Amino acid sequence: MTAHHTSQQSDGAQLRLADDSDAAAAEEAAEVGQARFEELIAADSRVEPRDWMPDPYRKTLVRQVSQHAHSEIIGMQPEGNWITRAPSLKRKAILMAKVQDEAGHGLYLYSAAETLGTSRDEMLDQLYTGRAKYSSIFNYPARTWADVGAIGWLVDGAAITNQVPLCRASYGPYGRAMVRVCKEESFHQRQGWEILYSLSHGTDAQHRMAQEAVDRFYGPALQMFGPPDSDSPNSNQSMAWNIKRFSNDELRQRFVDMIVPQADALGLTLPDPHLTWNEERGHYDFGDLDWDEFFSVLKGNGPLSRQRLEHYRNARDDGAWVREAATAYARRGQQDQSALLGA
Amino acid sequence: MTSIDAADSSSWPLWEVFIRSSRGLSHVHAGSLHAPDATMALRNARDLYTRRNEGTSVWVVPAAAIMASDPDSKGGFFESPQGKSYRHATYYTQSEGVKHL
Amino acid sequence: MSFASHDSATRQSQGEAITAEEIAASDAVADEATARYALILGDDALILAQRLSAWISRAPELEEDVALANIALDLLGHARFLLSYAGTAWGKTEDDLAYFRDEEEFRSCRLVEQENGDFGQTIARQLIFSAYQLQLYRRLVHSTDPTLAAIADKALKEVRYHQDHAAQWTLRLGLGTEESAHRMQAGLDSLWSYVEELFIDVDPLTGLGDVAVLPSSLREETLSLLQEIIEQAGLTVPDISGAYGSDRSGRFSEQRGYILTEMQVLARQHPGATW
Repeated sequence: MTAHHTSQQSDGAQLRLADDSDAAAAEEAAEVGQARFEELIAADSRVEPRDWMPDPYRKTLVRQVSQHAHSEIIGMQPEGNWITRAPSLKRKAILMAKVQDEAGHGLYLYSAAETLGTSRDEMLDQLYTGRAKYSSIFNYPARTWADVGAIGWLVDGAAITNQVPLCRASYGPYGRAMVRVCKEESFHQRQGWEILYSLSHGTDAQHRMAQEAVDRFYGPALQMFGPPDSDSPNSNQSMAWNIKRFSNDELRQRFVDMIVPQADALGLTLPDPHLTWNEERGHYDFGDLDWDEFFSVLKGNGPLSRQRLEHYRNARDDGAWVREAATAYARRGQQDQSALLGA
Repeated sequence: MTSIDAADSSSWPLWEVFIRSSRGLSHVHAGSLHAPDATMALRNARDLYTRRNEGTSVWVVPAAAIMASDPDSKGGFFESPQGKSYRHATYYTQSEGVKHL
Repeated sequence: MSFASHDSATRQSQGEAITAEEIAASDAVADEATARYALILGDDALILAQRLSAWISRAPELEEDVALANIALDLLGHARFLLSYAGTAWGKTEDDLAYFRDEEEFRSCRLVEQENGDFGQTIARQLIFSAYQLQLYRRLVHSTDPTLAAIADKALKEVRYHQDHAAQWTLRLGLGTEESAHRMQAGLDSLWSYVEELFIDVDPLTGLGDVAVLPSSLREETLSLLQEIIEQAGLTVPDISGAYGSDRSGRFSEQRGYILTEMQVLARQHPGATW
């Protein structure tokens, strides 16, 4: 076992540290474990935190789940910036609840990753130092109110397309976290679509604002599924382990097929001249995406890559004294305060 | 590195959250969170896990306080009930057709 | 895809409570004085919600992002009830009142207009204001105006939690580290001159009788609750007099213009538009 160990494991688990002096026994346990793991995967069953699992499986999951969590946390920023400017009190409330959900989703996912033996601090540290990746889409600006709608409809729509199959991921805690996320996420896409619908059917200026936002977010949203299958080396292994159920291109196609009629219902145009129904395939054909841009943004050259990270770092730094104070207070011990104070 | 490194002394511990969704049902594991102490863990659980009316009661337990069984059920921990079908009502077939039995 | 399960910890329901839409659609019409009173309460809640919402994605820990967002959402809800009800007097919507009144037409107190500052200052503001709101809504549930009584009933339950949240953090910051005690005390000191304004019986309060709650009647209990928590946290109740200017007219506020500029900018770019 070479995974990081921590005394803090969700699902109440504490991994036993393999004892080096007991190498032979460990090897035997690994053989039994490997066989059991393969059985579980073949039966499409679930692997749980304290099961033996191959290191690459563990590493893949930690990477994927923590990236997913980071995306939720960084993803709070573009929309969060609009809370104070939302154009009606109802929209303000909806947006606040939505961005709050994203914080919650980040929390569910960090917890799922923690069961694999990596502490949340360690993951936050990777984000803080810029070593962790997160979805590139959040490095694009939310310039107008319509962007809030486009993010809800296209970005969350793509996220849901990606996430629903993950509810059946072979790693139990990840699947369970995704069930909760998908349940809550369902309103995100709808509120985004409604924002765009109101704009599209509002004044000329509002309609232009909506179209312009869709023009900007369409391509990056399609790229959220990751590079083409031919360029996605880890996908096959991930599918063999029942983490992923569909390839990047399959999910992208599913998403395009979904949004074409939705765009029609909105009265907005998707900015792709190659978008046509292909009777033979039973799917919409769509144009090539700008993968040079994608890989450039992925490398950290997005319009706002630096600012998003700085925002996160500032919050983390500014909060350090608060976290320390709460820890110091807890060490002192305290009375039971399950009842509300002063109420 | 400034304020956070993995061994940050101010790391808040992990807690497990159990929610009773309505009266008459058991508390069910809902998820986890971090909090500096039990009082805040309870508040955080309420804030995080009952935003859509999911709960009428919340328990929080330090994750480190949970003792778990060995996951390898082949180790005998869960072997005993296998094959003891006489513990189940369906084992008894002679009374078929007799009412209220 | 179905997520239902019998003994679920993720069962969701909407619950039953008063909504802003129901108030706007009901037959209840506020008279002029009651509407102006509802504006005072509603503006306080709206401005504080606006201030708190700026913490989202900036809180000291993720769990606290969620907690502060909950409080901001509660307050925004109260503001929507109160502005919707106030609007019935003049045929205006909650949004007309929130987005198309100018600085001098708002009636918020200076305490809620103060900047977030650091977490200590935000908690200090929240501690003071929720203590006042707790006493206020405890009495307003007995208002002879049924709409205000219903709003107070919903708000009281939520404000109890806000007050607890602020008190818990006051204890942790006050008794945590030297730095946190210093920052928490600094937060209280910087805001204390705006405490007295909460208890002034401004117009139209004195003429409303049992419809409203006189702020002056809340002073003693609010201050003694604050004193109890501040001292329990090892901190000192500031010996600072009230700042001059306490008619909630905005004539003595520097922050209000900045808050409204940001809050109203988009709505005013598209007058008459729906969102």
